[in-house]
Amino acid sequence: MTVLLDVRSLSTQFTTHHGVVRAVDDVSWDVAEGETVALVGESGCGKSVSALSIMRLVAAPAGRIVGGQIFFKGRDLLTLSEAEMRRVRGREIAMIFQEPMTSLNPVLTVGRQLTEGLEIHLGMSAAAARARAVELLGMVGIPDGAGRLGQYPHQFSGGMRQRMMIAMALACEPALILADEPTTALDVTIQAQILELMKSLSRRLGVAMLMITHNLGVVARYADRVNVMYAGRIIERGTARELYAHPRHPYTLGLLRSVPRLDEPRRARLAPIEGQPPDLSRLPTGCAFVPRCGFSVDRCGRDRPGLRAIGAAGHVSACWEAERLAGIPAHAA
Amino acid sequence: MPPDDVLLEVKDLVKHFEVGAGFFGTQAGTVRAVDGVSFALRRGETLGLVGESGCGKTTTGRCVLQLERPTRGSIVFEGQELTTLGEAELRGVRRRMQVIFQDPYSSLNPRMTVGDIVEEPLAVHRIVTDGAARAARVRQLLSHVGLLSQHARRYPHQLSGGQRQRVGIARALAMEPSLIICDEPVSALDVSIQAQIINLLEDLQAEFGLTYLFIAHDLAVVRHISDRVAVMYLGKIVELADRKALYDDPLHPYTRALLSAVPIPDPELELHRERTVLGGEVPSPLNPPAGCVFHPRCPIAIDRCRSEIPPLREVTPGHWAACILA
Repeated sequence: MTVLLDVRSLSTQFTTHHGVVRAVDDVSWDVAEGETVALVGESGCGKSVSALSIMRLVAAPAGRIVGGQIFFKGRDLLTLSEAEMRRVRGREIAMIFQEPMTSLNPVLTVGRQLTEGLEIHLGMSAAAARARAVELLGMVGIPDGAGRLGQYPHQFSGGMRQRMMIAMALACEPALILADEPTTALDVTIQAQILELMKSLSRRLGVAMLMITHNLGVVARYADRVNVMYAGRIIERGTARELYAHPRHPYTLGLLRSVPRLDEPRRARLAPIEGQPPDLSRLPTGCAFVPRCGFSVDRCGRDRPGLRAIGAAGHVSACWEAERLAGIPAHAA
Repeated sequence: MPPDDVLLEVKDLVKHFEVGAGFFGTQAGTVRAVDGVSFALRRGETLGLVGESGCGKTTTGRCVLQLERPTRGSIVFEGQELTTLGEAELRGVRRRMQVIFQDPYSSLNPRMTVGDIVEEPLAVHRIVTDGAARAARVRQLLSHVGLLSQHARRYPHQLSGGQRQRVGIARALAMEPSLIICDEPVSALDVSIQAQIINLLEDLQAEFGLTYLFIAHDLAVVRHISDRVAVMYLGKIVELADRKALYDDPLHPYTRALLSAVPIPDPELELHRERTVLGGEVPSPLNPPAGCVFHPRCPIAIDRCRSEIPPLREVTPGHWAACILA
């Protein structure tokens, strides 16, 4: 598999009243062509900022990419001019956001929002772009596309708006789609429709996908590889299968054990991760998970562990005590 | 069930909202948010109310609290009919039933300290009149929900999401209620914090003998916390059963589809799992379909479903379903 996106030592910071927040802190990961990679973690772990950094859409002046490289098809996106970057956005890398209502323009018709990119990026004529827009709507399961082009986003339901976002993302046949919590705002039956649609389209068109989510179930079903983030860093990575079966970081293990599961007998009591997520402007010198960790030893408070290979090929964990997790079942039932 | 065991009984509850012809020429009509819902809650039990957005689960909860006055139907709480009570009489009743909201941030006053937020109901309802005793009670309530006494001086924005939800729970407990309506109490929280709050709600229930109406869309969470579960679709209860019966042997095709739509955090299992993906979307409660409201999306619908409204009937003892094929 050819590497499509290669993020190396990316660091993104925000300057706030309370000090510098290291939202993404020296993070490296990659996506191969046609692959679906997940970035999992809880609010504030840096997963959305990672995606915005790739698009170079981190809100300045508070937010700034302070280090690293983002190689896409061999070019470092961080060295491109703003004009060159505009040709990448939408054309080669597209983004799908969580809340389609706020990411669509309420005063432009559905048709205009779909054709704009086609005309600008691909130089299509208005008529050709309209024909393509109808085709795109059909592809994402919106019937009567021609009749829909004149409508506005508020005339669409939540599920239809998210389908439209997907159609917009696919419009220029990008090589990579960044999907930031694409179904979190949707009901579970609509979520299933949208995810199945994204999966089949990405297979059919060979589009690679970065799926950003906090939902461990969604990741299990749709991702090939998984990166788990905590406090701005990746703390574990592996194939979905390996990571769910043999988690080797106490945080991943804790996440998996804390959720009630429909496929298992009901437990008398849930096993939460105690404590609170850390304050990113006051991170400890050692491992950021120490205050909530049941496996920590003296060293964890002093030395911050880096990712190191463990178990199966490609499985890495940032935990000094990773070996001790072997043999602990990944679910608490 | 013996009548003195019943804390809350809701019968044929209907809540319609009239929508007028709006500025933008929206159609006038009636939104049938809740359309004939009946259930009872025993003392000390948790009834889960699940369904997708717009199914009427939150409106049902708000009707029980009388934050919405029902269009029709009866709500008997601790032996008293609420729908005929005036505002003044309701104030006393509301002490006995409290609510925990989904978003702890927007339901806490940002300009009040945590201590003041928890103390206010104690003062307003004259539950504790002495100032020093009230401060002690606030400390006690905070400790019940796992907060420290120094949290009393903080403002909501200085707390994490989970801590804010703990404040919301302490405020509800201050009134010493018998019933708490939990409206999506954990869905805005991070996964690792959700389990903390669920455990807390269970501990408090055991300690204070609380009864919960637990409104949520997460089927796994509802299964964990509920004794019985009601599934709502488009303003109606389509299935109601003991937890085990509902999850092990769902009778309504909508319940089955919901359960199959929930992805399970296990790639191995998901690889081989058959899924029923429902087509279409929930129809508008402005214009619900004739017959069974679920028939346009139902994978097993027959002709009769298009015309016949299926009653909620007891298919096996204690297991109710509104499907003629159940």
